[in-house]
Amino acid sequence: MNEVTGISGHNQPDSETLVEIFSKAMLIKLCDDRIRAVLRSGKIVSPHYSPRGQEVVSAAMATALRQGDYLVTIYRGLHDHLAKGVPLRQLWAEYAGRVTGSCKGKGGPMHITHPEAGVVVTTGIVGSGIPIANGLALASQVRGEDRVTVTNFGDGASNIGAFHEALNMASVWKLPVIFLCHNNRYAEHTRYEDCTAVDSVATRGIAYTMPGVSVDGNDPVEMYRAATAAVDRARRGEGPTLIEARTFRFEGHNYGDPGHYIPKDVYAAALADDPLPKFRAKLVSEGHADEARVAGIEAKILADIDDAVAFALASDWPEKAELRRDVFVQELAA
Amino acid sequence: MNALVTPNNKGEISCTQASLMAMDEAMERDPTVLVFGEDVADQEGGGIVGATSGLSTKYGSSRVRSTPIAEQAIVGAAVGAAIAGMRPVAEVMMMNFMTVAMDQIVNHAAKIRFMSGGKTGVPLTIRTMSGVGGGFGGQHSDMYEAWLAHVPGLKVVVPSNPADQKALLTSCIFDDDPCIFIESTLLMGTRGPAPEADYSAPLGKAKIVREGGDVTLIGYGRPMVDAAMAAEALSKEGVSVELIDLRSIVPFDRDTVMNSVAKTGRAVILHEAVRSFGVGAEISARINEELFGQLKAPVRRIGGLDCPVPFSAALEREYMWSVERIVDTVRTTLD
Ligand SMILES: Cc1ncc(C[n+]2csc(CCOP(=O)(O)OP(=O)(O)O)c2C)c(N)n1
Ligand SMILES: [Mg+2]
Repeated sequence: MNEVTGISGHNQPDSETLVEIFSKAMLIKLCDDRIRAVLRSGKIVSPHYSPRGQEVVSAAMATALRQGDYLVTIYRGLHDHLAKGVPLRQLWAEYAGRVTGSCKGKGGPMHITHPEAGVVVTTGIVGSGIPIANGLALASQVRGEDRVTVTNFGDGASNIGAFHEALNMASVWKLPVIFLCHNNRYAEHTRYEDCTAVDSVATRGIAYTMPGVSVDGNDPVEMYRAATAAVDRARRGEGPTLIEARTFRFEGHNYGDPGHYIPKDVYAAALADDPLPKFRAKLVSEGHADEARVAGIEAKILADIDDAVAFALASDWPEKAELRRDVFVQELAA
Repeated sequence: MNALVTPNNKGEISCTQASLMAMDEAMERDPTVLVFGEDVADQEGGGIVGATSGLSTKYGSSRVRSTPIAEQAIVGAAVGAAIAGMRPVAEVMMMNFMTVAMDQIVNHAAKIRFMSGGKTGVPLTIRTMSGVGGGFGGQHSDMYEAWLAHVPGLKVVVPSNPADQKALLTSCIFDDDPCIFIESTLLMGTRGPAPEADYSAPLGKAKIVREGGDVTLIGYGRPMVDAAMAAEALSKEGVSVELIDLRSIVPFDRDTVMNSVAKTGRAVILHEAVRSFGVGAEISARINEELFGQLKAPVRRIGGLDCPVPFSAALEREYMWSVERIVDTVRTTLD
């Protein structure tokens, strides 16, 4: 682990923990594969920001968290949503714009919200979830709870003012928050090094006297150790941590982006290093789970996805009156 | 050097090409014109819809720059460069992201000329894009022209077709005041006749798209497409609609609007932004102030409902205007 400053990772994940991380990561991959297939079929029309390639980051982090811990994420949030426990049916129905969706079809996939699993904010505005995470953590601090808040964002978001303001405040107030940067090396079509003044986002922690750790986000063990270290620190009331999880996105910025701006050799190398088959092989070869168990996990996920897709497409559209509901607590007059 | 845009064999260009054509010509003509924003340079694809495609290659990476994701820094840099005598064209990828830069726009770009007693000015243009109807949801569809028009010192322009988009953007770039140029996401691929070389569209001059005597229909931006269809449908029923494309909200073309409504005695205002407290409300108030005794019916408004733009297609259809809603609303003014 490349420790930029401060904390060191610990907590070697045991076999069951690795299986849990794997199950979440595979759920994300298979669900994302299906979303892109359904979008291609035209049965659902929606923007989609695939997290393919970044699954392990979210799966390991969520495994280090409790259900009650808060999670804030972005438009590229499917991996975080699923890892933290948003039910598949509600997720799919939201993609389909149906009233049974997690936000009654009103928010859409860019704004998935499921407080029961701690998924409290999904935003489409770059950087803006980071200060909100401070507020969630502030509430926990004031109430004396040991709840932790994780806010996920991209490498590009580390260049916006909100990131810098929020890190400073979190450090001054010692908030129980984890800033998890998914550095997938691109912000839309802009290469990380062409728009960022530091080699590693993690070094930005130095400016705010906060531990900054840079890890291989696609390595479940490294990622899990960094996550648990940051979670423990936050729970103990010792303050925030900045984690830079180095990863790559396989499907371009959004659905329909062919990724022409990514040099061919870079793309090919990243794809050849797909974390999912590697993780699967590791589970079996190291004896954490046998082939039959892994295959069973995958079969169950596929069946659950089939169920969720069918549920979503059979669900009703929201009625017009929904436009008057939830603007305020009280429904607007017709 | 060669122009970056050539019309197709029907003599047409798209709205995206219209913006590119305006920036290309402006950069060619005036070395103080700069272009910057997220992903605008060619290495990053020349803009998310290609509106800046070719500019960085043609004019160099000094004058055309991709920026970090930092709207406050982008607009702030445009304010500073403008004060220093440049003509920056800053791109804020989508209008909702402008909220991040509101301090620079509202407290600085808009007011610096006045607060400095005219000693400094801010001749910048901010190009941005938005609109309802694409299933983009609550944070990628809003039209904030009324917010901006409410800030004295900003000019606010919304084109509805390629020729005007090119001509109006040119006017904005060479205007000595800060201009907000709002492009319609869902019109960017739409083609129309390329403007003649000498076609110009001064800010503050509305266009009478169709003459008529019974009712004045006033709009701007993407809904003009449906407004024209509604006017055509109504003409088949014997209703003669005078259709006005406002083109700029500020400056507001009082004369064209008032002369028309004085003639027809009826007015309907159409925009995609939320109806409540919107541009339509301001125009309606002005019509009532000036023409109260001559109106044959209350002024009517069509706009978005009082809620965030919904994601679900079923709800978004109900949220926004349609040809039928325009026709129905016009009919209510005819008793
Ligand atoms: C304030 C703001 N500016 C611009 C955008 C447009 N935009 C959406 S995603 C994106 C790139 C973000 O890159 P990064 O933070 O690295 O996250 P990634 O998409 O790679 O996960 C941009 C510029 C936005 N949504 N919000
Ligand atoms: Mg990125």
